[in-house]
Amino acid sequence: MASSQHFTHPRMRGWDRLTIGQKRVIWAWGFLAVPILFYAIIRFYPTFTAFYLSFTDWNLLRSPEFIGTANYQRMFADAAFWQVFRNTFAYLIWGTPISLVIAFVISYYLDRVRLMHGFIRALYFLPFLTTAAAMAWVWRWFYQPVPIGFINGMLSSIGLPQQPFLRSTSQALPAIMVTAIWAGLGFQIIIFLAGLRAIPQTYYEAARVDGLGEWAILTRITLPLLRPTTVFLVVFSSIGFLRIFDQVYNMTTNDPGGPLNSTKPLVLMIYQSAFSSYDMGYAAAQTVVLFTILLIVSLIQLYLLRRR
Amino acid sequence: MADMSANRPEMLPWFARLQPGAVLVWTLLFLGGVVMVTPLVLMFSTSLKSAGQIYDLRFIPAEPTLNNYVRVLADGWFLRWFMNSMIVAVCVTVSNVFFDSLVGYTLAKFKFRGRYIIFIAILSTLMIPTEMLVIPWYLMSAQFGWLDTYWGIMFPGMMTAFGTFLMKQFFETVPDDFIEAARVDGMNEFMIWWKVAMPLVTPALSALAIFTFLGNWTAFFWPLIVTTSRDLYTLPVGLSSFAVEQSIQWEMIMTGAALATIPTLIVFLVLQRFIVRGVMLAGLKG
Repeated sequence: MASSQHFTHPRMRGWDRLTIGQKRVIWAWGFLAVPILFYAIIRFYPTFTAFYLSFTDWNLLRSPEFIGTANYQRMFADAAFWQVFRNTFAYLIWGTPISLVIAFVISYYLDRVRLMHGFIRALYFLPFLTTAAAMAWVWRWFYQPVPIGFINGMLSSIGLPQQPFLRSTSQALPAIMVTAIWAGLGFQIIIFLAGLRAIPQTYYEAARVDGLGEWAILTRITLPLLRPTTVFLVVFSSIGFLRIFDQVYNMTTNDPGGPLNSTKPLVLMIYQSAFSSYDMGYAAAQTVVLFTILLIVSLIQLYLLRRR
Repeated sequence: MADMSANRPEMLPWFARLQPGAVLVWTLLFLGGVVMVTPLVLMFSTSLKSAGQIYDLRFIPAEPTLNNYVRVLADGWFLRWFMNSMIVAVCVTVSNVFFDSLVGYTLAKFKFRGRYIIFIAILSTLMIPTEMLVIPWYLMSAQFGWLDTYWGIMFPGMMTAFGTFLMKQFFETVPDDFIEAARVDGMNEFMIWWKVAMPLVTPALSALAIFTFLGNWTAFFWPLIVTTSRDLYTLPVGLSSFAVEQSIQWEMIMTGAALATIPTLIVFLVLQRFIVRGVMLAGLKG
């Protein structure tokens, strides 16, 4: 623990006999004592428990019974799981690029706007501060059929056909995804704006002197220099979409993840397996799958950031 | 942010630089912003309408009434949930500001064997999703009697790797001379951290506090699992159960949603600059 221990005479005792270096080491471990306990008990131990439980059959009433990989076999043979798996990736594969492109275009232009800049930025940022569970209900109301729903009301007032939205197996997932994109957009815009501000103006001035057009400046200077910001946002929002729960749960309370499982993401399946069916081992196996997916996403991020 | 834009090359007054393209861009951006807040505006306007008026989709209610708020607040549940959320969010925020910065400082400013291992161990917990831990946490809470208690809602978030990493990044920018000078003055290490180092990283501390508070104020998944009694619901969980009970009384649901949203909006309006800067800071360093 203390690297300079041998400087102290063995017969000397007590705090005052310690070297300055040793005292600092003791302070350091003192500062870390409670946090180390916390991370061990609240983070690491539960992680191992989750892995262990994924190999057991357990309904909370009797003690867990080790069943090997049966949970995984059951999961991979379960059509509902693959439906959920597809849904989860649908949120990710549509949600991340759509929200990032919108966020980038808005921040790219907002960065140049000076008239009411702060006010417009606030308009975009405001939804980020809302509670997902609350706003899910507002959007759910929007998606209702006429005469209640706002969007269908608008559609009918301009003569367009009504849409079923949350009642349709094909429209419900995009409808929920829009809510999630809306809620996350403000954060992405703020981060993009910060990234754009961090690019030194001299680069742009030099590019203009060299006669580069706006498009060339965007593709050769702005986007390459914005890469760390973009990678961060891609990973941050990917993880967000992979873990989507609040919106889906609240927008489909009458049939969670419905209609016909068409909107159910992995986290909702985990929630139902664990806390509706009390099938703890099966739920734990699903969390291991989620963990694996998120790990792969994080590793891709590390790889992309290393290459620079 | 206005001070930064003033450094841009164009120093002419805005009306001298008006170009059709710029006007179009501004208008589109403004309209986009209006669309972004429309759900909030409609939520508030519906919360001010009586049940008979909700089919009228006008933004400004014909006969605004606070009746829904009176009805929602009358039984006291919302106030209770509001208080629960506040207690949880404040306690978790205080704990994070204290422990994350203490650990971040120790890892940034003390040299000792094992430092790197501790740092990597803490950082590696970022890879573990909450969803994987909720089942063990639930079992732990059941064993220790933490279900349906404030501590049960709070304990998983008392420290975070994100906060620790953020604070470590910032403490590394604090010059060692400051700390050495305080040591020469005979301050103990705890007081050096508290009195010398902490005041130098207040922007980071406020960013951390904002993020932690907001995250816990809006948290839904774990509070939904750990609380089964109405008394202990946090605002999002309470709102969700309230909305299910109200079924199709949308004006009541919108009032509940508005009540859950108003506090953060007020905080935002008061601390706008601070919050935006904090988000930028945390996003770029984190």
